[in-house]
Amino acid sequence: MTPARNAAMVALVCAAVVGQAVVFRFLAIDGVVPDLALIVVVAGAIARGPEFGALLGFGAGLLADLAPPADHVAGRWALALVLVGYLAGRVRQDARSSPLMAVVVVGAASFIATSVFALSGGLVGDGSLPVGPMLRVIVISMLWDLLLAPLVVPALLRFFDDVRPARRFARSR
Amino acid sequence: MARRRLGTRPGSGDDRARRTLGLLVLACLTLITLDARAGSSSPLNPARSAIGSVMGPVEDATATATRPFHDLSGFVHSNKSLRGNIATLTAENSRLRGEVATEPIDRQRLAELEGLTKTASDTGYSIVAARVIAMGPEQSFSRTVTIDAGTSSGVRKDMTVLNNDGLVGRVVEATRSTATVLLIVDTSSVVGGRLSTNLEIGFLRGRGTVGDSGRLDLDLVDNSVIPSKNDVVVTWGSKDGVPYVAGIPIGTVDSVVSSPRNSSRIAVIKPYADFTALDVVGVVVPKGTHGDRKVITAGGGQ
Repeated sequence: MTPARNAAMVALVCAAVVGQAVVFRFLAIDGVVPDLALIVVVAGAIARGPEFGALLGFGAGLLADLAPPADHVAGRWALALVLVGYLAGRVRQDARSSPLMAVVVVGAASFIATSVFALSGGLVGDGSLPVGPMLRVIVISMLWDLLLAPLVVPALLRFFDDVRPARRFARSR
Repeated sequence: MARRRLGTRPGSGDDRARRTLGLLVLACLTLITLDARAGSSSPLNPARSAIGSVMGPVEDATATATRPFHDLSGFVHSNKSLRGNIATLTAENSRLRGEVATEPIDRQRLAELEGLTKTASDTGYSIVAARVIAMGPEQSFSRTVTIDAGTSSGVRKDMTVLNNDGLVGRVVEATRSTATVLLIVDTSSVVGGRLSTNLEIGFLRGRGTVGDSGRLDLDLVDNSVIPSKNDVVVTWGSKDGVPYVAGIPIGTVDSVVSSPRNSSRIAVIKPYADFTALDVVGVVVPKGTHGDRKVITAGGGQ
């Protein structure tokens, strides 16, 4: 993997994390914004498999955990995104079969990731809500991600196919 | 590497992915444990401030670049109750709509700044004005925002943040050019409050939600006191004004809920500040602070 490809991927993850905190804050529905980092991780996993998905999830999650204005216990988003990165990678054959399936996978991943994040918060006693409002947040964020996925996932899949290491690309086709 | 990944045995790629997953999950759990156990002296704090000092300016630049779009969409989306009126408004006057999109935003900002200046002269505190550049997603279940003033402007940890409506929160993390503010509606935020009518004190805890339903719970120290509706709650402040200075309005009593289980009364407080539309805020700094920003003081001067 060349430095340029790595840099492109790091830039994409940074843009996603900054985008959800800065660009989408005025479009937020009661503070809930689309989870761009999650969409990037799921698209990466669908394009490149579970191992890559888990690694990308770890990187993106850690950035979301540490970049301002995050104030929660670090590692929680990383854990949630590692899991969905891996899971999305496992169902990549189905997800690649049609654009609709990819969107469904994003929706499922959104539900799982936000739930895992919420549960981890409950376990370490860090900023959790009562069940009702929490479910509401989880559902709104899933709807946001479902809304955005058809618009950005095809482009992201193309991006991850393009930055795929050339040798492996040639062999696997 | 490519050969190993493609593998001759069908299961080998899966095994490798599973191993990676196991290692990464372990790494995450270690991080969570380290950070949760250590509290304020977390070993991750250096990493946090390093990333903050890189991502802060990036967020600032992004906020500046996308501000014109924000102002338009913010006007439409920030206030839920306004949304219903939009259809009638747009039909009514397209010229008004065009005007609304550009010029009044600046006027509104000016009014907010004027409000801050007034707050400074009313309360006698020195204030550094800053703007909100990023908001933590509700999915993180913590209500925080990033402002574009940091240690270079004299902003430090545990300083009070307010706007011209009332109390906003306190600074929990400051890098050179940005600072993270914990909003008072966050579930981990506790503010000492005082009812302005009978001077009774209590503690306000956030409920973790913003928007129209964003409320605070006021737990009064004296359980025999019954707050009346629309009573104003102000901060009672703490020693040296850390983290909250005294006398900043927080909100009004919306309703009173009594809980028989722990024989206490909780007053539900509607905050003055609109946390979905935060823009210009002020950070209360010690007198005589010098930085790269103008400090608004009681005299109205520098």
